[in-house]
Amino acid sequence: MTSGDLLLQQAINGLSLGSIYALLALGFTLVYGIMELINFSHFNVFMVGSMFAMLILQALGVVGQETVMSGVPLIAILVFTLAVTMLLCGALGVSIERFLLRPLRGIKGPAAMITTIGVSYVLFNLVLLTLGTDAKNFPNPLPPIVWQIGGATLRLREVLIWVIAILLMGGLTYFVQYTKIGRAMRATAQDPDAARMMGVEVDRVVMMSFFISSALAGASGMIFGLYYNLAKVDIGFAAGLRAFTAAVLGGIGNVPGAMIGGVIIGLVEAMSGQVVGTAWTDVVIFSLLVLVLVFRPAGLLGRLAPNKS
Amino acid sequence: MATETPLLEFKGVNTYYGDMHALKNVNYTIMKGEIISLLGGNACGKSTTMKTIMGVVRPKTGTVLFNGKPIETLATSERVQRGIAPVLEARRLFPRMTVYENLEMGAYTRKKGPEFNEDLERVYSLFPRVKERRNQLAGTMSGGEQQMVAIGRALMARPRLICMDEPSMGLSPLYVEQVFDIIQTINKQGTTIFMVEQNASMALSIAHRGYVLQTGMVVLSGTAEELRNNENIKQAYLGEMNVDAAA
Repeated sequence: MTSGDLLLQQAINGLSLGSIYALLALGFTLVYGIMELINFSHFNVFMVGSMFAMLILQALGVVGQETVMSGVPLIAILVFTLAVTMLLCGALGVSIERFLLRPLRGIKGPAAMITTIGVSYVLFNLVLLTLGTDAKNFPNPLPPIVWQIGGATLRLREVLIWVIAILLMGGLTYFVQYTKIGRAMRATAQDPDAARMMGVEVDRVVMMSFFISSALAGASGMIFGLYYNLAKVDIGFAAGLRAFTAAVLGGIGNVPGAMIGGVIIGLVEAMSGQVVGTAWTDVVIFSLLVLVLVFRPAGLLGRLAPNKS
Repeated sequence: MATETPLLEFKGVNTYYGDMHALKNVNYTIMKGEIISLLGGNACGKSTTMKTIMGVVRPKTGTVLFNGKPIETLATSERVQRGIAPVLEARRLFPRMTVYENLEMGAYTRKKGPEFNEDLERVYSLFPRVKERRNQLAGTMSGGEQQMVAIGRALMARPRLICMDEPSMGLSPLYVEQVFDIIQTINKQGTTIFMVEQNASMALSIAHRGYVLQTGMVVLSGTAEELRNNENIKQAYLGEMNVDAAA
């Protein structure tokens, strides 16, 4: 492989990681934008999502890497699994908000944030007790199609991950920009009191933001499984922290910022693994976070304080 | 007029913030088609009145009737649906949404359709400037222009009653006059106006009647003319005598 090929290969890997982080970062940013809450339960909603996807695929008869499908059945099984995973995670997120966070609404201070940390541990331990700690073979029905681009390898799974991420991000952008409830979400993020006075039911907006965030975390968990052929109880922490970094990097509360931040973190992870070694990946990523916070505290696309006039 | 149902009525309303008694046994009667001005100093209960009407705070005792029906237990969104729209203090537009999107938010509780388009045309004809700027982000406009959008946004709810909190605050004298002209125009087109306003002389020049609040109590009410000629009002709010002497 030439160095150009290596660069291309790491760009392919980085975009795939970036897709996972971007979808996950969107969840942090949406909830923060509406409620100014950092939702740490998001880490493990993502992990639970990958478990849901694994169980659904297994229930549909896909075993480890042995079941290879193609054509319409493959597309049908992937779409079905993605849709059900997103719905289940969305319902999980809505329940967390409805039963554990809404009672704390209006209480000043870190109570709600601490609650999300607690919820995160509960989810972690529920999976630990039911499914165990071992690394599981995430079922992958994709045929082993590979393209050679120069010396770099592009696998079907990577293309699939990009397509899913682009469709979901496009859908979200359309939703937030052009639908009535999307407009209400933006209005609530900019001025919750004024939005309420326009007749916006803020509870509904909050519920919607949790549903979408958690559904995207589910999608992210599923493509994580397809990418690594792995599901494990402790994947939430590393991926979640990187996605959170991505959201802060892009400017927390800012939707395009989360997408861009996710891709940047993915690319940085892949490139730094190549250039300075994978052991240094965390050092590089979090140094980048520190540098951004020092020189651009609001993130790449963020605003320091909401301007309300 | 006495036999008609008032559009908005407060009957013995008491509102509290924790232990603080913000509105004390307050009564207002606002008839359809009126402009009512609410006067008073700082922390006298003017903003609490607005919040009680919109349902941001609920009265502890007493009734708020809109068109003869009690609304004090309704959510804000239901009140907007029934025809009450606010023009908020300091305008409070959504700064990173376009002017058009802000107007859309004003019509949030309604369906889009011919009525929406009619109201949009009405707002555009009242405020040609708003039409010109419809694709601009609201936060990038001047204060006066923002106030036009804020009033337009309230009109998009097709309200029967508009509650205005300090519509002239922070505006240049030119815009203040424009805003008061527009308020009168809107009123003549059939919308009832209840407004809180620091600029008492301006407010009483266009209002039909007024109420004066002091530490949460209505201490005076009457036609705009009666209030303009009341010695205490002159001293305290119209600046015809030195305010220290009045206190």
